[in-house]
Amino acid sequence: MSAELAPLWLSLRLAFFTTLVLLALGTPLAWWLSMTRAKVKPVIEAVTALPLVLPPTVLGFYLLILFSPNSALGGFFVSLTGHSLTFSFTGLVLASVIYSLPFMVQPLQSAFESVGRGPLEAAASLGASPLDRFFSVASPLALRGYITGLVLSFAHTLGEFGVVLMVGGNIPGRTKVISIAIYENVETLDYAQAHWLSAILMGFSFAVLLLVFTVNRRFPIRVI
Amino acid sequence: MGLYVDIHLPRDGFTLAVKHDFAGDGVTALFGPSGCGKTTLLRVIAGHEYDAQALVAWDGIEWQGASNLAPHLRQVGYVFQDARLFAHLDVAGNLAFAEKRAKAGNIKRQDVIYGLGIAHLLKREVADLSGGERQRVSIARSLISQPRLMLMDEPLAALDHRAKAGILPLIQSLPRRFGVPVIYVTHALDEVAQVADQVVTMEEGSVIAHGPVAEMLERPDMQGLSGRFEAGSILEGVISSHNTSLHLTQVDVGGLPFEMPHLDAPIGTHLRLRVRARDVTLAIKRPEGISTRNILSGKIVRISPEENTAFTEVLVDLGPARVQARVTHAAVLDLKLVEGSDVFALIKSVSFDRRALPGVKRG
Repeated sequence: MSAELAPLWLSLRLAFFTTLVLLALGTPLAWWLSMTRAKVKPVIEAVTALPLVLPPTVLGFYLLILFSPNSALGGFFVSLTGHSLTFSFTGLVLASVIYSLPFMVQPLQSAFESVGRGPLEAAASLGASPLDRFFSVASPLALRGYITGLVLSFAHTLGEFGVVLMVGGNIPGRTKVISIAIYENVETLDYAQAHWLSAILMGFSFAVLLLVFTVNRRFPIRVI
Repeated sequence: MGLYVDIHLPRDGFTLAVKHDFAGDGVTALFGPSGCGKTTLLRVIAGHEYDAQALVAWDGIEWQGASNLAPHLRQVGYVFQDARLFAHLDVAGNLAFAEKRAKAGNIKRQDVIYGLGIAHLLKREVADLSGGERQRVSIARSLISQPRLMLMDEPLAALDHRAKAGILPLIQSLPRRFGVPVIYVTHALDEVAQVADQVVTMEEGSVIAHGPVAEMLERPDMQGLSGRFEAGSILEGVISSHNTSLHLTQVDVGGLPFEMPHLDAPIGTHLRLRVRARDVTLAIKRPEGISTRNILSGKIVRISPEENTAFTEVLVDLGPARVQARVTHAAVLDLKLVEGSDVFALIKSVSFDRRALPGVKRG
């Protein structure tokens, strides 16, 4: 791996792990939001959507404070692993999960909502347990919501800048992701390298969005 | 064996308050106007209203009450108005879904597939099915899950007459062929007449009457629920002969001969004839020189004038059967009809509802 492409590789790894964690955490959250009649639902929805409207620097600032070894969470992580959450890859994954949460949860939630209770009640009457109903009815019917959520989370994490800069800084091989590398290239007037990386990111993002819009027009991201 | 429910459930606009012992066999029609709580009652029975204050017991075993049995453990088949087939599976996949999760039982997949006439649909995608085909598949899927009880929520409401006529006799025969009792929700009286053994009528969340179908359809208060032109009675009979040159079929109703347009069914077939009250004329002397073919003597059992209209419902006992006639107050006064009067009931052969297809009487 050449030094020039290392930031791209790091971004891809970050996006991959973030998407994986989001699949595990976002799915139950989206499911709960789509089915609940609880009064706190709008509160949870608003919190989930916050990263859509907050400047990444604001989010990054709070996360930096939360992750610092002096805070409860950051301190706990240090006592557990021996190193700090800030300026680490793990810290970046955690921050990205929060930053990209709405991109996973919203398409999935609206996919589950459009499946509705109807097919699930039918499945229940045919003897399917709640977990069985989720995996054999709700999930296959919401497949396009999954695809949208996964692709958007991945692409959004790939293009991340502000949060990474605040939480991770600019450590080559550890936290220097592609967008930060581009920023650095521009700062140092290395426009050729900046062009290269920007073109790669641009091309990739376009391809991903084209895929999403082609595959599926049904579960759009709703910005509130 | 049977289903006992005792429910008190406030909902928007009405309170569902039902206490009833449903028959453990045959088809029970749950009949009433839209929005009277029929669907909610079915949902409580199936376990989809888990927060309901309700007592639901099957065979003396409590499904809902002190503790709740989850819907997937109740073994209750549910056929919805919108079929609710799984769009990500084809027809065979939908049936396999049910089979895979079914408890041990006597219902065989092959019997169901042929019984409902869906063998040619197995490889089809759900989206390509017509409304009638969807409901057949939905009924088949429920049966394959080996239900102890089938709940049907207006399964034919969205279908045309042709599709309905094909499925109604199937529904009527489910208890006999597969040993599953059926509770059938509808607001169409012609469906009640064709499928039901027992009828439970509901209004504004409460059961207002219940009983065997023939008895229920004679009740004057059914007409308020069913609309005036639906009112009528049911005659159970057996095809005794066919007259092919005149295209007529003779039906024996407990010894009374009835004549109707030719029906394509073998002699000995049990039939349910529906006679609408507006198609019955009354006479105090046997008329002669008249085209009406069915002229039967009887005695008036009940005269129920309808308030603020010109009409009166007259129930006539013909011996083995009873018919309802809808006549004007004026006619009742002119003919001096009173309860106990001897009359002749005239029923035109052409008035037998052609949609009342052969329904095999349960033995």
